[in-house]
Amino acid sequence: MSGQSDLELVNKKGIRLDGRKAGELRNIKIEAGVLENADGSAYVEIGKNKVRAAVYGPRECHPRHLQNPTKAIIQCKYNMMAFSVGDRKRPGPDRRSVEISKIIAEALEAVVLTELYPRASIDVYIEILQANAGTRCAGLTAASVALADAGIPMRDIIPSIAVGKADGKVLLDLNKEEDNYGQADVPFALIPKTNEIVLLQMDGNMTREEFDTAVEMGVTACHEIYALQKDALRRRYASALKEDVSDE
Amino acid sequence: MSRAVISEIRKNHIIEMLKEGKRLDGRDLGDAREISIETGVIESADGSAIVKYGKTEVIVGVKMIPGTPFADTPGKGVLTTGAELIPMAHPLFESGPPSEDAIELARVVDRGIRESGMVDVDKLCIKEGEEVWMCFVDIYALDYDGNLFDATSLAAVAALKSAVIPAEQYGKGKNAPLPTTCIPVAVTIAKIGNTLILDPNFDEEQISSARLTITTDDNGNYRAMQKGGKGSMTLDELTQCLDMSRDKGKEIRKIVG
Repeated sequence: MSGQSDLELVNKKGIRLDGRKAGELRNIKIEAGVLENADGSAYVEIGKNKVRAAVYGPRECHPRHLQNPTKAIIQCKYNMMAFSVGDRKRPGPDRRSVEISKIIAEALEAVVLTELYPRASIDVYIEILQANAGTRCAGLTAASVALADAGIPMRDIIPSIAVGKADGKVLLDLNKEEDNYGQADVPFALIPKTNEIVLLQMDGNMTREEFDTAVEMGVTACHEIYALQKDALRRRYASALKEDVSDE
Repeated sequence: MSRAVISEIRKNHIIEMLKEGKRLDGRDLGDAREISIETGVIESADGSAIVKYGKTEVIVGVKMIPGTPFADTPGKGVLTTGAELIPMAHPLFESGPPSEDAIELARVVDRGIRESGMVDVDKLCIKEGEEVWMCFVDIYALDYDGNLFDATSLAAVAALKSAVIPAEQYGKGKNAPLPTTCIPVAVTIAKIGNTLILDPNFDEEQISSARLTITTDDNGNYRAMQKGGKGSMTLDELTQCLDMSRDKGKEIRKIVG
């Protein structure tokens, strides 16, 4: 957020460097069931972000002292691959990834029916293959599809997107340049059926009016992504169904 | 006495009272606890503060040393924030490397200070590209009764505001106050059932489903936020939180001066 640049991020016609308008998403591609071993998995591309999520479980909870006798716990590991960013990232968890893992797990707990699986653990692994701003949102979007793909009962699927501000304008789905040289970043996720917020962070500088606009944009965009998530699951199971028929 | 777990009867009592708009400790829903700030408590630190929010007590110390700047910000000082939830502060805290909670706490406090531009890092340059002041903000919980986010944020701000650059110690000229610009204030609101309460204490925190920490600056603009907890918040509740945090932030800012 603190970076400065003479770069014009939004031109006089309100068009951004990558050709988008303020309230426009990058191209999004979502696929469900991309891994053999995992109980559920998903692949998400948002612009240049490439993210894979895998779900294992419900399975026995390790370490055992973390077990909850009344419900399952969700353990999430968000990880950036060493080559996913410009300068090589030192492998392994850092403070940023610990924080992101925590808030993604908390967001997922709001929709997963954890009370159905006492003492179990539902393990969610999010790997960032390529990063271009908004990876935690892409990760959460992928993780909820992976949970659904694993057949884990949920109240709803969570779509997530970042809204922000660059060149003094509120913009949807910031790209790398806008994130680096912009003035604010607001990662955001909600439960589409009820419009309840399950993930919200903010850094930068926004007036109340700007923030209200950002939330409005985030809500609309989340519903767009929600449609893509459901479509991915439909495609996955429509094709699975076809395979079953041809097997017989 | 601190309790690691809250009893069912106490929990239900708190919830029943909240339905009538009351809190166990007599506060209104939008009240913070009594806040006290004491600065300059540690002589070996370059800036320090002990802050109390009711029975929650925290200490923050600032240490500054000359160091190498980051390659992408050759003319700016470096700000680093760390937090430890030490076992003396609560039976739930364990010794060892920083827990998930401690990491989140440090990063939320850091974000408020960094994003508000409170510390004028441009003025912490000694020789561009070679030497700048590294400013370490270290946070410790001393006695934990809920809402460490607000208490430690305020303690960090108070410690930084009172900090002096130890230039003479390192032969870098005369000692001078650490240049600061504004006063960011973090305000945390927790959700219990469908009720929003400001500055939750430990018991309230334990039974809350979600919380939102919002940091505002002197202009009432929003500089940092962090939602936590396994529950959700409606858009209406978000609007209320935005109002409450801005208003309470303004009051608390006056205490810092």
